[in-house]
Amino acid sequence: MNALHLLPGIILAPFAAALIMLFVPSTARNLIRGLALAAASCSLALAGLAMFLYDNSTKGLQFVEHIGWLKSYGISLDLGVDGLSLPLVLLTAIIFFAGVFVSWKLENRTKEFFVYTLLLVGGVFGVFMSTDLLVLFMFIEIAVIPKYVLILVWGSTRKDYAAMKYTLYLLSGSALAFVGLFAIYAYAQNPQLGLGYGTFALSDLGRINFDPQFQKWAFLVLLVGFGVLVPIFPLHRWTPDGHSAAPTTISMLLAGVIMKLGGYAIIRVGLGFFPEGAAYWAPVVAILATINVLYIAFVALVQKDMKFVVANSSISHMGFVLLGIASMNAVSVSGAAAQMFAHGIMAALFFALVGQVYDKAHTRMIADFGGLAKYMPRTSAAFLVVGLASLGLPGLFNFVPEFSVFVGGMQRFPVLTAVSIFSVVVTAIYVLWVYQRVFFGPANPRWEGLVDMKGVEVVPVVLLGGILLVLGIMPGGFMNIVSGGIAPIVQRLASVSTGGIF
Amino acid sequence: MITLAILLTIAPIAAYVLIVAFAQRWKALSAGIAIVATGGSLVISLYLLIAMIGNPTPVHDAMQWLRIPHIGGFRGLEIVAGVLVDPLSALMATIVSLVAFLVMVYSVGYMKGDEGFSRYFAYLSLFTFSMLGLVVSDNYFMTFVFWELVGLSSYLLIGFWRLKDAPAEASKKAFVTNRWGDFGFMVGIILLFLTFGTFDYTALAAMIPLYQHLGFLALIAVLVFTGPMGKSAQFPFHVWLPDAMEGPTPVSALIHAATMVAAGVYLVARAFVLFHAVPNVMELIAWIGGFTAIFAALIALVQKDIKRILAYSTLSQLGYMFLALGSGSMSAGMFHLTTHAFFKALLFLGAGSVIHALEQQDIFKMCGLAKKMPITTWTFVIGSLSLGGLFPLAGFWSKDEILLTALKNGQVALYWIGVITAFLTAFYMFRLIFTAFFGKEAEVHGEHAHHAHESPASMTAPLIVLAVLSVIGGLVGSPWWTQWFGGSFGTFIYFGEPEPAHIDLAVAIPATIVALLGIGLAWVIYGAKLIKHEWLAERLRPLHTLLEHKFYVDEFYAFVFKWVMLLLGRILDWIDHRVIDGAFDGLGSATRAGGGKLRLIQSGKLQSYALVIFGAVALVVILLSTNLIGGFVK
Amino acid sequence: MIGLAHYLVLAAILFCVGLLGAIAKKNAIAVFMGVELMLNSVNLNLVAFNRFLHPEFLGGQAFAIFVIVVAAAEVSVGLAIILALYRRKANTSVDDIDLLKW
Repeated sequence: MNALHLLPGIILAPFAAALIMLFVPSTARNLIRGLALAAASCSLALAGLAMFLYDNSTKGLQFVEHIGWLKSYGISLDLGVDGLSLPLVLLTAIIFFAGVFVSWKLENRTKEFFVYTLLLVGGVFGVFMSTDLLVLFMFIEIAVIPKYVLILVWGSTRKDYAAMKYTLYLLSGSALAFVGLFAIYAYAQNPQLGLGYGTFALSDLGRINFDPQFQKWAFLVLLVGFGVLVPIFPLHRWTPDGHSAAPTTISMLLAGVIMKLGGYAIIRVGLGFFPEGAAYWAPVVAILATINVLYIAFVALVQKDMKFVVANSSISHMGFVLLGIASMNAVSVSGAAAQMFAHGIMAALFFALVGQVYDKAHTRMIADFGGLAKYMPRTSAAFLVVGLASLGLPGLFNFVPEFSVFVGGMQRFPVLTAVSIFSVVVTAIYVLWVYQRVFFGPANPRWEGLVDMKGVEVVPVVLLGGILLVLGIMPGGFMNIVSGGIAPIVQRLASVSTGGIF
Repeated sequence: MITLAILLTIAPIAAYVLIVAFAQRWKALSAGIAIVATGGSLVISLYLLIAMIGNPTPVHDAMQWLRIPHIGGFRGLEIVAGVLVDPLSALMATIVSLVAFLVMVYSVGYMKGDEGFSRYFAYLSLFTFSMLGLVVSDNYFMTFVFWELVGLSSYLLIGFWRLKDAPAEASKKAFVTNRWGDFGFMVGIILLFLTFGTFDYTALAAMIPLYQHLGFLALIAVLVFTGPMGKSAQFPFHVWLPDAMEGPTPVSALIHAATMVAAGVYLVARAFVLFHAVPNVMELIAWIGGFTAIFAALIALVQKDIKRILAYSTLSQLGYMFLALGSGSMSAGMFHLTTHAFFKALLFLGAGSVIHALEQQDIFKMCGLAKKMPITTWTFVIGSLSLGGLFPLAGFWSKDEILLTALKNGQVALYWIGVITAFLTAFYMFRLIFTAFFGKEAEVHGEHAHHAHESPASMTAPLIVLAVLSVIGGLVGSPWWTQWFGGSFGTFIYFGEPEPAHIDLAVAIPATIVALLGIGLAWVIYGAKLIKHEWLAERLRPLHTLLEHKFYVDEFYAFVFKWVMLLLGRILDWIDHRVIDGAFDGLGSATRAGGGKLRLIQSGKLQSYALVIFGAVALVVILLSTNLIGGFVK
Repeated sequence: MIGLAHYLVLAAILFCVGLLGAIAKKNAIAVFMGVELMLNSVNLNLVAFNRFLHPEFLGGQAFAIFVIVVAAAEVSVGLAIILALYRRKANTSVDDIDLLKW
């Protein structure tokens, strides 16, 4: 099985395509698109194969690759996936694939656009696959930086401000997380407390029982550092501006995967290494998560721009991930991990559809629309599907992780969870209200002759919507993989005796 | 039997998929697929019902749907998808597929020529699937899943004419109002699961009576009950149902009268063991039901739109059912659900027939339909008499059962509420009939009325079938049935002890008299016009205004939405933009401003830079050498 | 007997003279000369330490040669800059050379 070398294939596809693309003249747009599509198909096929071949009876890290790098410093470029990261790898591949189709008709600097996008995607793959903390961190930076250029050059709506805001927020978070990383490294080097040798290998670090006092502040540092990516209240303000300013594909990747990097790192590093620190800060995280969920839902209620509504809903939904993490039991953390996947697909589809409308109508202001269902029936139907997924309708996948988070959360923070569940009402209001104002009601003659989506535009919608539907009906196998992946982490959490901060 | 129950559920969804995927262009084919599938479900459910009457042992099977193993002291999550066939679900499935089948047949005529014809039948199939799924579910979780899907199909069908404002608004209102209830429902079932470790009805039925913490159980029961309150539109969640009348009329008959709104009643019956364990919650259910019954009946008195009158009547009757359940008789509640499904579907389809002919919903703009539309008229009258509770029609038996239950269980106040509601019901229904069907033409200036005509056979046939059922459907709960067949409704569907049918004349006679009084008063005012209703309205102006505005509940909710939720949203948005962004942007500006000031020390004069460098070096050297030269003075 | 201390004192005096010249003179040529003086005082230190502490090694001497070479290179670059500035501004006052100012 390991002879297949799936993981290097997945990660090299985008990087190699980016490299080849550099030698292609920028006028050969179709060749460039073809290259990007080839890379995306390759990654998607391999990631799908990995998901299929993943042996859920043995669980644990699989498809491991030892590449090695700076061995003397304990840094090595090792790859491997488990039940937590594999779905996220697949998620990235899916959104990447869908994103290529969404950007198919981009004419402005096509080559540069795809080169940066490929770099970004390669970086994200690296984060989810690397089993070395420093390499993981490095890949986060690779994923984050191209986005600055992508927003600045191809964006809209206050793009200068948004690009700078996004970059500053994320780099500040990274700086803080970096401090935490080196604290871990130094701790490992200490012969009395740690291992006696410096290493960034996750498996080695996982063996250390960190001192509770150290755990408390180290977890906090990582929480704030990676929390910016999630984003956690009150560090969430880069999200609406960043999402809205970014071009459609980039919004999809931003909401679909970049936000997941933070959640992934918090689960992998924060919960994995610092169970007691996590237990100590859990009430704070739970409160912030509840604020995320409900506060932002209310904010989304009054937005005037469709993309701002969707961006805010992303923050709100990521609050469930935080709530799942804070509740620290098998059901809730499985829910959090699966919610990252579910929300990734859903958000990507949402942005794809908003982009679809924006490309045709050149406006996203809700008040400009009305009765669009008459001219764009397919878009309208797809928008309803994703809207329903967003408000957690059973039958679509998002419901399953949300319900798991609620069941898990209710066991630890009953009141906060109940308050969070209330967001299903607010979400229903804002989603259906937007839907009503844009697609229902008397048709606005201004949009007469608007062309419904067709051809390649339909591909991402069918792909993403199909995944939501299929997993919504049969979530069992998927959730098995996820719950197997988080089991070792939760195992450690279960033995924690430290109480919460309050 | 399990396979059959699954097949029963699958058939409509298969129809939905077929219509959406292939048949959308051929209207007749779409309708055909939907009708055949629902007909199949009807046949299967009838078979199941008969099998259950023969041998009422519940049949239950399930397969694992989702499992997250527990680690440490916390509960894992285990969800199964299962089917439970027992008398209750067999009966409900039969009602659902029967009404759905009739409504689909009726719709072929009603929706003729509509551009969304295929879409309409697809949605109806989706609804039938969801509703049947809800009925045969064996656990709270699956019920919740289908509960939401039912809500979705209701949303789609209310908003069927989506390019108009009113249906779009009404569909959203329906979904959102239901969500408020579902919020409580979801919290309730999660707590239930965490307490008992299972969602399964059968397993819970064994565990709940043994549970000691009644206070907590009451909390769970109340939370679970908010779901039915939303779906069955009980006060204070009732606002969506009248607005839902913006959907096509057959939809109102199927979803918003006979089946979906009864899902709440069904759920309470299904989860009766939970509510029964907490007497206080039973009391609450009974009072909410009773209050809604009289509250909605009062509003129905002054409505002018034929569908809205029926909608408020539905609210009122659903209240009746909850009254029965809350008073402790699951049998009476389900019996009324059954008969109500027949006569209310009949009334709505009759109203649809009228609307189809006139394109007019205001009863004061209709007149003399009795001559032009005889079948519609007389089936409508039968339905109204049944609804009014006149002997020996279906409504009589079930209403009698409810009043009897209330009295038997010492709920005297609720009994009187029931009686008054019965009076109001008879009055508003015959107000409608005397005005719309038997009014004199000369008094109406509309032109629609003149070219009214009887509807086609595909529409009148379901009316006749339902009319027959509305007449004889109640007999299954009558003492005669016991004499003839040795059993009755109450010995087939019951909780705890079987409830054999009997008739208490002390209850039945006053109820009948009251209903006749209501009809008589309606005749006096609207039939013979001995008292002008305008004059009456003028005399009771404040009350009339209050009722016309439906007790201002909608206005209150609109106010809350605008001034609480939206205002809160605006405030939070303002905090986002001004306070949080302000803080971070302020940090940025502060950095810039600081840089602006600091750059002034860059004079560009190399020699001053050198001076600073050497000064600093000297300082460091002196500090480092303090130890060598004896250190600072201690 | 002339010991290490004498050399060091001389070097220190030279360094201070050079420093004063470098930071106080207005003429760029004079500043330059001050810098050269400082470099040479360091050379003196290097050689003196080498001779008195570790006569068996030649590290100090070698470094002095390095410094001389670097100083020569520096002189050529520096004088070239000063000449270029003189051609533009017709004087060599360092106060006028504030091109690095914000």
